[in-house]
Amino acid sequence: MAAFGSGSTVSRTFAPVRNWLLMPTWLTVGIFMLLPLLLILVYSFLTKEFRGGVIWEFSLAAYDQFIFDRGLFGDAEPSIEWTYINIFLRSLVQATVATLFCLLIGFPTAYFIATRPPSTRSLWLFLITVPYWVNLLIRTVSMKFLIRESGPLNQALLGLGIIDTPLEIINTNLAVQLGLFYSYLPFMVLPIYASVERYNFSLSEAGADLYAGKWTILRRIILPSIKPGIIAGCILVFVPSLGAFLAPDLLGGAKTFMIGSLIEEQFKGNAGNWPFGSAASMILLSLVLFVLLFYARSQAREQL
Amino acid sequence: MIRKSLTTSILLGLALATSNAQAEGKLSLYHWFEYMPQELLDKFSEEFDVEVTMDTYDSNEALLASLKAGKLGSYDLAVPGDYMVEIMANEGLLDTIGEGELANAGNMEAQWVDVPFDQGRKHSIPYQWGSTSFSVNRDVFKGDINTTDILFNPPAELAGKINMLDSQGEVLLMASLHLGIPQCSTDRDQLKALDDLLQSSKQHWASFGSDIAKDVMVSGDAAAGMLYNGFSAKGRAEGANIEYAYPKQGYVVWMDNVVLLKDAPNRDNAIKFMDFMLVPENIAAVTNYARYAAGVTGAGEFTDPELASQPESAPPADAPAGAFIAVCDQATQEVYDQIWTRLRK
Repeated sequence: MAAFGSGSTVSRTFAPVRNWLLMPTWLTVGIFMLLPLLLILVYSFLTKEFRGGVIWEFSLAAYDQFIFDRGLFGDAEPSIEWTYINIFLRSLVQATVATLFCLLIGFPTAYFIATRPPSTRSLWLFLITVPYWVNLLIRTVSMKFLIRESGPLNQALLGLGIIDTPLEIINTNLAVQLGLFYSYLPFMVLPIYASVERYNFSLSEAGADLYAGKWTILRRIILPSIKPGIIAGCILVFVPSLGAFLAPDLLGGAKTFMIGSLIEEQFKGNAGNWPFGSAASMILLSLVLFVLLFYARSQAREQL
Repeated sequence: MIRKSLTTSILLGLALATSNAQAEGKLSLYHWFEYMPQELLDKFSEEFDVEVTMDTYDSNEALLASLKAGKLGSYDLAVPGDYMVEIMANEGLLDTIGEGELANAGNMEAQWVDVPFDQGRKHSIPYQWGSTSFSVNRDVFKGDINTTDILFNPPAELAGKINMLDSQGEVLLMASLHLGIPQCSTDRDQLKALDDLLQSSKQHWASFGSDIAKDVMVSGDAAAGMLYNGFSAKGRAEGANIEYAYPKQGYVVWMDNVVLLKDAPNRDNAIKFMDFMLVPENIAAVTNYARYAAGVTGAGEFTDPELASQPESAPPADAPAGAFIAVCDQATQEVYDQIWTRLRK
């Protein structure tokens, strides 16, 4: 997140070789990001080949399929296709809820860590990151074991007499939320921690001296100061949640497609419709870019 | 996927530059998950001094997509199901096995030589065959299970506790059998009925998943679920009180086959491996592990005795014959794809 602010002053010593030093970054970004993105863009405008693959002829069929419903047999009067819009909306809502969830827990956690004595902070951060040494897939499957009907959570609650019948969490939206929350919490905690750590607490004292209540200090002084960290955390949680398919598939039962699984199905499933998968990816990418641009604009306005 | 194919081709380019020196003594398999016992691969490695590597996939369609996305040329052998052999041959992804190249070709069971998906076995050899229907947890439901109503119109005990395979071919075939309509039907009323049936049955299903299909039955997450017969036998062996059904409306029968891929980097070793898998003792090891049936004469001598009598391999006398999944033309397949997406919207 420091990257947003710095980058203006390059030491004179390095000025002559600056471009050479940046070369690895440019190569990485170019080969592994820009080039594949360009491929996706091109593929989304090609004609699909039966059973996967593309024919090199320009076509808008993929975007047409996304927007218009022409019936089961493809010859009905076109009307608006809600199937894919609904899948996108569902994913958007899901990602938004997951982000709010993470913010609700992540902000107090980050604040708590940043206000510990400096010597113990690294220990707390360490504890936050420990679970993330394990592969995401394994963590998601473990979550499934925990919350299943005959799993430890239900056994414990039943044993303590808190509930009479097992909670049905698995294969519900709540399970997906739990999975997303658990997967992406550190992405919220770490940037907020970085902001709170740099926050000058004498500002809070000054506020208190001027008779501001605790709530007012939080709302008028602390939150505005650490806003960049909060926004960065929200973006870091929201964006991967939007395209997630592990949690929806494994914990949600895969009954309904999320954006991620819809796109995956176009390449890995029977459909084998690569242009449509590419078009859906481009639409998703545009949505994400829109969110990021919105953020950049609001940042720029504040600095004026 | 596209990103993957690009990086793969770059890596492949790098690999090609160095592979000539080490090409001998390697074999690259692309195989289903949880199917091939490691001991058998080790045995082949030792016998022929060949280093075997194996990647796995979880559906025939995933195999096809991966090969079309640029993996062709990096594997020697794959193990597609019946209909996928036909599709892959039509797509030009398979190499032809020469006359007399396979020393053990005579070991194939006669019924599996002239199969509709590869007449005369030009590209493939029989591997394992079995059936797909569904299993029911007998602790939960004690009534008659030999009907597709269990999936599409389930009794109250099972409703909402059913796992479906995440496989279009198998789900749509079971639904077609339930309705009594032919596969790849072009009749609009029949296709509409198929769509309606899936839309109305969805409420009874808890989840879709193939690689989890056995585990959810064993753990009790699902009380009924579509399963391959071998998976059901394994689930039963792991302690689940589940019974495999042979519905009177019909069920899916399938055969997996070892195919020789086009541009195989180690074609000689691939032929050796195919011959190796046609030896009764070797193919029986797969049968003993995966609990399916081999398509090789004499394999029965080496398989576990209880396999022959296990209920998952022995349909009752009054059970109908199973049906292979058919390869539909493009127009019908596109309607099938629509029905499948609408089911998951």
